[in-house]
Amino acid sequence: MAKATIIFEDIDVTVTAPAGTRLIEISEKVGSGIVYGCREGECGTCITKVTEGWNNLTEPSVLEDKILRENMAGKHNRLACQAQVLGGVIKVKPV
Amino acid sequence: MSKLPQLTISGIAQAVELSERVHWIGAMDPSLRNFDIILKTANGTTYNAYLVRGSEGVAIVDTVKENFSNDFFERLESVASYDEIKVIVLNHLEPDHTGALPELMRRAPQARVYISQKAQSMLKALLKQDEFDFTSVLTGDKVSLGDRTLEFFHTPYLHWPDTQCTYLQEEQTLFSGDVFGCHFCDARLFNDEVGDFRFSFEYYYAHIMRPFKDYVNKALDLLEPLALINILPAHGPLLRDQPKKYVQRYRELSSSVLQSEIGAGEKTLLIFYISSYGNTRRMALAIYEGAMEIEHVRVSLYDLEGSEVAPFVDLIEGADGIVFGTPTINGDAVKPVWDLLSSLAVINLKTKVGGVFGSYGWTGEGVKMVEDRLRGLKLRVPIPGIRIKLIPTEEEIESCREFGQHLAQELLGLRQPRVIDMADLA
Repeated sequence: MAKATIIFEDIDVTVTAPAGTRLIEISEKVGSGIVYGCREGECGTCITKVTEGWNNLTEPSVLEDKILRENMAGKHNRLACQAQVLGGVIKVKPV
Repeated sequence: MSKLPQLTISGIAQAVELSERVHWIGAMDPSLRNFDIILKTANGTTYNAYLVRGSEGVAIVDTVKENFSNDFFERLESVASYDEIKVIVLNHLEPDHTGALPELMRRAPQARVYISQKAQSMLKALLKQDEFDFTSVLTGDKVSLGDRTLEFFHTPYLHWPDTQCTYLQEEQTLFSGDVFGCHFCDARLFNDEVGDFRFSFEYYYAHIMRPFKDYVNKALDLLEPLALINILPAHGPLLRDQPKKYVQRYRELSSSVLQSEIGAGEKTLLIFYISSYGNTRRMALAIYEGAMEIEHVRVSLYDLEGSEVAPFVDLIEGADGIVFGTPTINGDAVKPVWDLLSSLAVINLKTKVGGVFGSYGWTGEGVKMVEDRLRGLKLRVPIPGIRIKLIPTEEEIESCREFGQHLAQELLGLRQPRVIDMADLA
C-alpha cells in the first residue's frame, strides 16, 4: 500500500502512514498541537498550515472550502479532520 | 444624593442623554443572577445600547437581549425615528447585544449594518439568512454621519472572535462592547454615581477577558493612544469619570502579577499529582527527579490534596509545562484532577506542554482521559503518558525518570526529531 511521510513541525515528529489516512488520526496519535473541535469539518477549529506537499493531500471538498473561507483561512491551510494523505512528503503545523 | 436619570415617563422608557448627540437607549435587568451559566451577578446587569446623531443620519451602536426589546425601542423612539437610522454598528454579536437586531432591521430597512470581518458567519447564523447587505470593517475603517464620524478598532477575542470597539472621534467617546464592561445594574448609570462596582469589574475581567490576555494587550495597544472623555461599554456603568483608569487597570490585569525568579532561557515545569496508596506519588517523585537533571528547567512538585484550586490555576497560567499524575479509580481519573482541569478555561494554555502519568489497578483509563482533556485545552502532549499497574518496579521508576527528562528537554526544544511508523502506534 502507498505510504506518505507526514512531518509535524511543531513537535519535530515524522510519521509514515498509509495513503488515505486523515491527518487527524495521525496527529492525535503523535500528540501534535493541532486542536480539534467537532471533528466533522464544520467548526474550523483544526485549521492547519500545510508548509510543504500541498498536492500530496486530497483536494478540499466544497464544504471544506466553505468553512476555510468563512474562517478566513490563509493560503495552504486545511482542515486536519478532513484532509487525507495521498503519498510523498507533507509538512504541517498548527496555525 | 445622586440625581437619577429619568428612565421612564408615564411608563414609557426614555433615552438618557449622554451628550447633545449621544443617548443611552439600553435596558436594565436588575433581577438577573446568573449570566451565561458561568457568571454570577449580585444585582443584575444592563444591556447598554447607544444612539449617535450626526448631521447626515443616526447610528445605533448595539442592541439588547431580545426580551428587553420594548425598552430599547421605546428609548430609541424617544429621540429618533426609524427612517433617520443610517448605520447599525454591532460591536459583538452575542444574543444579549443582538436580540433586538432582527426587529430593528425590519423597522429600519434602509440602515446598513457594520460588523467586524470575523463576525460575518455569526451574523448569518444569528439571522438565519445567507443573503443580506452589510459592511465588514477592520481597524481604521470609518463611517461618516456628516459631522460625526465612527472609527472601528478590531479587538478580536475580547471576548469573541468578532469583537470590535467603535470610536466617536468628535466626542472622544469609545463604544467598547464587552471590553471594560461588567454585570452591575444601577439606575444611576454613570460610574461616578452608581454604587461600588469595583468587584464586578474585576470579576468580569477574570472570567471573560482573562483567557485572552495576549489579545487584551494587543487591543490596549490600539486603544491606549485614544483621547477618551467617555468609555461606554455594553454592560454595566458608563465610564465618564476617569475612563483612562479602567484602560490602565486592564493593562495591569493583563500583565504578569509577580514575575517568578526564572532567568532568561529558563523554562518552568509543574508536576501535580494525587495518590491513594503512594504509587502515583512514587511516579511523581521519579518524574520530578528526572526533570531536575535537565539544566535550565525549574521544576515544581505539588500534591493536589494540599491546596485549593485557584492558586494552582495562577501557577499554571505562568508555566511552560504541566504534568498531571492521577490514579484510575472506577474507570476514571479522580475528581481533584478534574476539578483543576475544569478550572483552566479562564487562562490561555496554548503552546504549553502537557503530560500525564498514573498508577492503576485494573485498566488505567484515567491517563488517556486526562491526555485527551489536555489536548482539548490546546496543550501539546508530545510524549505518551505512563500508566503503571499498581506498584511500580525499579525499571518502571526509571521510565518515569526518563519521562521527566524528556518533558524537560521538550520544553527547551532539545529533543531529537523522531521518526515513527503509524503501524507501530497503538
